[in-house]
Amino acid sequence: METLRTLPGDDVRQIMWRFADRYDIQMTVQSARSLARTLVARLVAEGARHTHEWTDHKAQLLDAFDSSGLTALFMDPHQGGFIEGPKNLALALVAFELAWVDAGAATCSLATNLALAPIHERGTPDQRDSYMSRCVPPQPGEDRTIIRGAFALTEPLPYVGVETNTLVGKLRVAEWEEGKEPILQVDKRGRFITGMDFANFATCAVDTDDPRIKTSCIVIVEDTDEGLFDRGAPTLKMVHQLSSTRDPVFNLKVPASRIVGGYTVKDGVIVPNYTHSEIIGAVFHRTRVPVALMSTAKLLSAVEPVIRYHRQRFRGGDAQPGTPKFDLGIQQKQDAVLRLAEVWAMGEAGASLGFETARLFDQLDPSEKEKDRIFSEQGIMGPKSQLSALRKVEKQAIELLGLEAQPEGQRDEARIEALKADPLVRYATLEALANILCPACKLWNTGQGANMMREVLALMGGYGITEDCPGFLFYKWTDCQLEATYEGPEAVQRRHLSITMTNEVFLARLRIWIEEFNILAATRPETGAGAVAASMELWLWTLEFLHRAKDPSGARLYHNRRQNVTFPMADALCWVMASRAQVGDVLELAEKGPENPIVAEGLEGTLGFFADLSMVQAARAAGECARVCAQMVYGFGPQDEAELAAFEALRAGIDRATAGAALAKDRAGQALTQVMIPEALDYPQ
Amino acid sequence: MSAGYHIVVCGGIVPDPLQTLEPVKGPAGWGLKNELMLPAILDPWAGHALFEAANLAKNAPGSKVWLVSMGPKAKLQQVMMTIAQKVPFELVVLDGPAGGFVEAQAVGTALAEAIEAIPGLDKSRLLVFGGWMSASRGAGATLQIVGEKLGIFEQFQGVDKLEVQSGGALRLLERVEGGSYQESTLDGPPAVVGWATGELPEPPNNPQVGMQNMRLVMPALQKAKPVKVEGGPEYLSVQVPSQKRETRVVKDTPVDEIAKEIVDWLKA
Repeated sequence: METLRTLPGDDVRQIMWRFADRYDIQMTVQSARSLARTLVARLVAEGARHTHEWTDHKAQLLDAFDSSGLTALFMDPHQGGFIEGPKNLALALVAFELAWVDAGAATCSLATNLALAPIHERGTPDQRDSYMSRCVPPQPGEDRTIIRGAFALTEPLPYVGVETNTLVGKLRVAEWEEGKEPILQVDKRGRFITGMDFANFATCAVDTDDPRIKTSCIVIVEDTDEGLFDRGAPTLKMVHQLSSTRDPVFNLKVPASRIVGGYTVKDGVIVPNYTHSEIIGAVFHRTRVPVALMSTAKLLSAVEPVIRYHRQRFRGGDAQPGTPKFDLGIQQKQDAVLRLAEVWAMGEAGASLGFETARLFDQLDPSEKEKDRIFSEQGIMGPKSQLSALRKVEKQAIELLGLEAQPEGQRDEARIEALKADPLVRYATLEALANILCPACKLWNTGQGANMMREVLALMGGYGITEDCPGFLFYKWTDCQLEATYEGPEAVQRRHLSITMTNEVFLARLRIWIEEFNILAATRPETGAGAVAASMELWLWTLEFLHRAKDPSGARLYHNRRQNVTFPMADALCWVMASRAQVGDVLELAEKGPENPIVAEGLEGTLGFFADLSMVQAARAAGECARVCAQMVYGFGPQDEAELAAFEALRAGIDRATAGAALAKDRAGQALTQVMIPEALDYPQ
Repeated sequence: MSAGYHIVVCGGIVPDPLQTLEPVKGPAGWGLKNELMLPAILDPWAGHALFEAANLAKNAPGSKVWLVSMGPKAKLQQVMMTIAQKVPFELVVLDGPAGGFVEAQAVGTALAEAIEAIPGLDKSRLLVFGGWMSASRGAGATLQIVGEKLGIFEQFQGVDKLEVQSGGALRLLERVEGGSYQESTLDGPPAVVGWATGELPEPPNNPQVGMQNMRLVMPALQKAKPVKVEGGPEYLSVQVPSQKRETRVVKDTPVDEIAKEIVDWLKA
């Protein structure tokens, strides 16, 4: 039987992650990869991670980011960039490539983008063009130095990180002469601020401390402003040492035009156009996705070193070339390859989920701008008013999803076109999905990814973390822990999901997926689509049950504050969403693979292997989902017998849908003993 | 030279040398196991030639660089995602084999024909660059054959330095024994220059340069004509030399001691 011949190359990945026709993105990927496997790898190998101080050694990264084009990636062409339009997928792929070697370098690369993100998402056109153009490396003939930024959100204890709605940083009016622009006093003590060693400006979240300023906002401070721009003490950290992190202190005077998104003056009061939380919401929506993929890159990057280690380190002194002992080493035993297959399967699922989310944001970005334009014209400002207005189009969004799910030829195309032409309907459908996939990939890829990285280290033999252990796996494992916290800890993601996963537009889409995956289970059972369909069905039933059920004290089960219910359900949904995305990527490879001559060579084996991984992961996800749902249904009981019977029938369906999963894992494990790997790692150890 | 040079770089692609390269005999003759699926790179010697060409063109206004490459066009497209970011050039594609089992005569003939067909090429200003060796099989003859076919008999191999002197003369340093160079001076083009490693580092990838190049690279790939390379020897068997690695990891060894050990090893 044909099996996986070589590790999947770029041609395969470009199809699965949908950038086969984007040469600009392909080049960016190559650029990031080249940098990661040369300078970044050398820095790690030379011990640059042994200090949390920012050193000249590490600072080489900045020049390398500039010269390889990565610094300009975030900008539009008129600002000095080279990719027109949304760049979420491109940024996600760059983070993935850099984190393949070191996630701290990836974070360092993205830090200025994070500082620019508030300006990019909600800044005025002048603010956007001014700061983004100055953050691009100077072109030939230009006489200027590049500026870099830091995003100052988090603050000193006790408000560190978790409670982003509570700000200690303050904004006051320092001077306001009649007819002139107000001058503001910014007082902010940041904590764990990335890029602070070399930042020339910072975007700071501050609250109003003056009756002449109405709300919180984000304000831009520069190192040349009057006052104190103290970079502060370096953060004593154990992970991501290739990024700079400090606790800065700002006490500066800045013109009011530095308020991100601008302001209006109403009755003698400065009213920022956006509060800090509105801006943060827009920013973290997008920037969480690359972080999620950093953890995923680690899992997938571990596959090749582990195979090499298993084949070469357990040969024994008397093994002769050509014998199974020499060629396979510990891969002669099934356990090693089966466990590695599980690692690979989870890595694939994480990549599928993360890159799908990045692509979704590329679609959402223009739609969101159009939504903002329409609401602005209609005078609908502020998040609450916008939410209320969007609720009115939810019914149409659900209608559109339903119509699109009908077979071609039987559906009302005219109505579909009419609904699709409505930008608000389009936005509502995309936003409902993004609100699930974004926190899901951030939560699942990093949290479960960190757990799985422990398995990777365990696969490296007794001590595991020895000097000849290739690929910096220990660093990668510890870095995962930060990624699970960075840009919103796990509780924040679960909280986010617990609110958005009950959105009717999303639930309508979920019902359609269940139908589609049930059909798919009949035609492509080898992908694990049946297990995914059964999991989605059980999860949805349980959610509906939790809304109607009560505990013995009569309290509702699904409630905002009942995190023993909402959080596990969020976790279960993540497993299922990741598996669903993975099946989608396998189907894409099956459809587009034959069109590419390189992928077509050996496609049967490649596809079979990816389908086996998909099945393995779907079975695991189904198990996790069923476990959580069972805890919900039985754990808060006793419940009505009819309810329990209905649940048990669905749960039995899940178990049955995993038929063949163990065989798939056997095949995947066997494939790992056959696959050709390079002679040596392509970066120093 | 005020009008600049027309520099044609001949550069093939080769499988990434880090990969396991196992010769196998297929219906079309000898090749590498899973050759099409292995990642490929621009032949490293050709890479040096390309970087030197770009540098020369940059310093000689009016110059232009073409990269003529033979290989499976789908593989070439992947390689171009990196190479096109390095330096500006125009790509000429020959859709043919790249495994290293074809004869230099056949490849040289195909490359020469492709160069002859480049529109607007001024042979009086022509410099044909390439690697003096190849990572695929290293016959070291292809570039010479290309020159012969084009009627260029001023040929230099193992070049590490090319300088343009006042008056347009070219000064070339070719590698000879013992780390020395043979110095030659040439009135001017045309000439064939087979590069050793040159003196320039590999330029960093710059997607902006890449975006400019890709405007011409993609059409070139689309209109690439298939090249059928025939003839050559019959191999009875083919074997890659087995890898031999004897690595010791010893920390904190003084530099002098390391140097002494290397010298002792060389003398042994």
